[in-house]
Amino acid sequence: MSRIGVFICHCGENIGGTVDCARVAEATRAVPGVVHSVDYKYMCSDPGQSMIKAAIREHRLTGVVVAACSPRMHEPTFRNAVAEAGLNPYLCEMANLREHCSWVHEKGEVTTAKAVDLVRVMVEKVKRNQPLQPIHVPVTKRALVLGGGIAGIQAALDIANSGHQVVLVEKSPSIGGHMSQLSETFPTLDCSQCILTPRMVEAARHPNITLMTYSELESLSGFIGNFQATIRKKARQVDEKLCTGCGLCTTKCPNKKIPDAFNEGLSTRGAIYVPFPQAVPNKPVIDKLNCTFYKTGKCKVCEKLCPTKAIRFDQEDELVTLEVGAIVLATGFKLMGTEKFPEYGYGKYKDVIDGMQFERLASASGPTAGAMKRPSDGKEPETVVFVACSGSRDRAKGVPYCSKVCCMYTAKHAMLYKHKTHHGKAVVFYMDIRSSGKDYDEFVRRAIEEDDVNYIRGRVSRIYEEDGQLVVLGADTLQNGRPVEIRADMVVLATAVQAQDGSEQLAQKLHVSYDPYHFFAEAHPKLKPVETNTAGIFLAGACQAPRDIPETVAQASGAAAKVAGLFSQDQLTREPQIAVVNRLPPPVFSYCVGCFLCQSACPYQAIEQEEIKGRDGSVLKTVAKVNPGLCQGCGTCVAACRTKAIDIQGYSNEQIFAEIMTL
Amino acid sequence: MKIGYYPGCSLLGSSREFDESVRAVAQAIGLELVEVPDWNCCGASSAHVLDHKLSLALPARILAQAEAAGLTEVLAPCAACYNRLASARAELVADPAAAAEIAAIIEMPVTGRVKVVNVLEVLDRFKDVIREKTVAPLGRKLACYYGCLLVRPPKVVAFDRAEDPQSMDRMVTAAGAEAVPWNFKTECCGAAFSVTRTDLVARMSGRIVADAVRHGAEAIVVACPMCQSNLDMRRPEINAGLGADYQIPVLFITQALGLALGLAPAALGLQRHMVPALALQPSATV
Repeated sequence: MSRIGVFICHCGENIGGTVDCARVAEATRAVPGVVHSVDYKYMCSDPGQSMIKAAIREHRLTGVVVAACSPRMHEPTFRNAVAEAGLNPYLCEMANLREHCSWVHEKGEVTTAKAVDLVRVMVEKVKRNQPLQPIHVPVTKRALVLGGGIAGIQAALDIANSGHQVVLVEKSPSIGGHMSQLSETFPTLDCSQCILTPRMVEAARHPNITLMTYSELESLSGFIGNFQATIRKKARQVDEKLCTGCGLCTTKCPNKKIPDAFNEGLSTRGAIYVPFPQAVPNKPVIDKLNCTFYKTGKCKVCEKLCPTKAIRFDQEDELVTLEVGAIVLATGFKLMGTEKFPEYGYGKYKDVIDGMQFERLASASGPTAGAMKRPSDGKEPETVVFVACSGSRDRAKGVPYCSKVCCMYTAKHAMLYKHKTHHGKAVVFYMDIRSSGKDYDEFVRRAIEEDDVNYIRGRVSRIYEEDGQLVVLGADTLQNGRPVEIRADMVVLATAVQAQDGSEQLAQKLHVSYDPYHFFAEAHPKLKPVETNTAGIFLAGACQAPRDIPETVAQASGAAAKVAGLFSQDQLTREPQIAVVNRLPPPVFSYCVGCFLCQSACPYQAIEQEEIKGRDGSVLKTVAKVNPGLCQGCGTCVAACRTKAIDIQGYSNEQIFAEIMTL
Repeated sequence: MKIGYYPGCSLLGSSREFDESVRAVAQAIGLELVEVPDWNCCGASSAHVLDHKLSLALPARILAQAEAAGLTEVLAPCAACYNRLASARAELVADPAAAAEIAAIIEMPVTGRVKVVNVLEVLDRFKDVIREKTVAPLGRKLACYYGCLLVRPPKVVAFDRAEDPQSMDRMVTAAGAEAVPWNFKTECCGAAFSVTRTDLVARMSGRIVADAVRHGAEAIVVACPMCQSNLDMRRPEINAGLGADYQIPVLFITQALGLALGLAPAALGLQRHMVPALALQPSATV
């Protein structure tokens, strides 16, 4: 016979102001099986919890119902209290009198009556609760970092330095990401490559880091602590072990007119190429789409040149499966395509470029070796116009959010230009200047005051070409919207930062949520900024939202700390509310008839087939079996089962039916 | 095919040739125009800067008349009329309370179910017919000038791109002309300031004419009476301001297509322009 204790919480005025809690306690006392029923102002407080513990001992309770707030709020609190009194914690349940009753109804008889019903329902469930034990699952102490930009490199280094194995996967031929393309960085103007390349080398040499460049995630299964990731290692057509990185193969490629992505199309490369001189690994790849051999079946000039015979035209993609315990997503961003701005003439005018192209022009490793030369004719521009917020904060044509880095890099660009072309004129059109960050506003002021950059508050309405110059039409809104017309030699658009291509598909592969702009979503905007809503998958850098380098690095270290925390335990504890297939004595063995409808219904691939064998080894029956590590307790299989052979522990059909029959 | 027709005031006055050419082309391609009975002024540039309700009531009455006549679509060739009718319709549809108030003011039921279309939208539906019936391919370089009203605001009139529209370019290409890429497709011509600040209009329209010429256009093609009259009638002021002698004619799209369809210049009102345009007939030699 059950001996249930019921504890009604007033939650201050939250429940007590609407529901007559004393009446609920009294009405519940009459329910068969209830041996103790009380109400109290704050059941979650220390005296409240003590009250429950004392009652368990005094009344030898076999089950507890706490009628209070949502179980999302305090179920762990009360289950802990119950466990401290020696009862199995899964014999404690909560009736939600706050969110399901007092908050959503007026004060009155009917509301109190509903509260009584909610408690009665839960009493019937608890009568049928079974003691359960938490499930322990092992943790694979190896992390997978997706994306080899500064975010991925930093996360990988931090995890590796805490003593754990890391696999760093990068889709392009080299790690380094966008940061390797930058010239100087704000607000200190130190050279991006000089601070990044040592980190790249460190990541490549670290004994705990395995680098997989030119590779992408193919698929992912499993769960926190126990993921199986399949990585596609795309064929480089070069044997990485034999290649010494001498670069001889790249010198005679007959195909030299391929736009160089690293230089943002401002220069060209051959079909066999190393993306940039400081690439890690410093091994070339063959661009199969543009390679003469793959197009015509003839050429192989690079193969003849290679002193170590490392070229492999027959090399194929390789699929590698890895067991990992945690994943850090660091897949970065892209810049909005400027074809969305026909009024700025992009595509038609070679001298209207985006911010990343300006970085390459200003970079010592860029196509002009850092000399200020405009793309159309190589002349040094005398007047350069910078347009901030091109597409950002523009609901009509772009994205509504602020891209965050443009105010700062535009100031930097104007400054770099002035440092290279002393007599030049730099003009910045802006909406307002967002420079909150350490030494950031000082940096912008320096551009305006020391480097004489002309800041005009207003938008640019049109850019067109006339007599080899670009005419920029805009408005100065600090002078009553006075129209401004500037004849410029080059225009730099600070186009919006957007989610990387393929983010949506990647998020779906990983079961990670994303926002309307395909940036990956954090689990909580304030308190869980590096977690995703999928346990064991963390976020770093601009794949979550536009970020600058300092923020990216800080977030990457944060994600790494989360991974290290996860790896500090040898096993993880999971809630035991999972599906089980019932087992009976022979000759029935189980209600399961082996139709395996459940197997096709299960979204987590958690259902396996189990053969029940006789003494002679012959198969007597094949039945379904739930893998407790994979099962998420969703209950889909329970609904699908035709013979009612599956139940969720703690939420059995019998319990749910009992709840319904009570009403 | 039948469609409602709202000529508006300018097509009865300064832009008679637009009316003439729309009717001529419509007849040639088998489109029957049914004039909205007892139509009134759309309010154009004055009403919506003076009184919001007036700016809704005037177009609403036109739409109500069209509804009462059983029309489902109304063609408004004038860009300002088109813009006012389409904007008012959008507002009536979006705000039933405003629609009820306006219905009380005009003393007629109005739902906004009549769709408002411009010349480019209608001609686009007949592009195959036009291509088939083109007997005299234009063979000229044309600058298609859309002006500011035809494509804006993009939310209301979403038939083409607001900044770099293409529909007219496609149309003249289909009629055997070459649409030149140029800079000022949607720039303002100065519009109604033609009367009060002729100097400003001359400057603004001057940039447009000069850019079209710079890009090699032999004629400018428009779909707005205001644009046409500013680029054409104000040519002496434009030329004086620029110290130039631009003789590039300014045609309505229906005039250009009419020529390609082999219609007589007089039927298209080609003789009515200030800057002579007759030389553009495909048979004439430059």
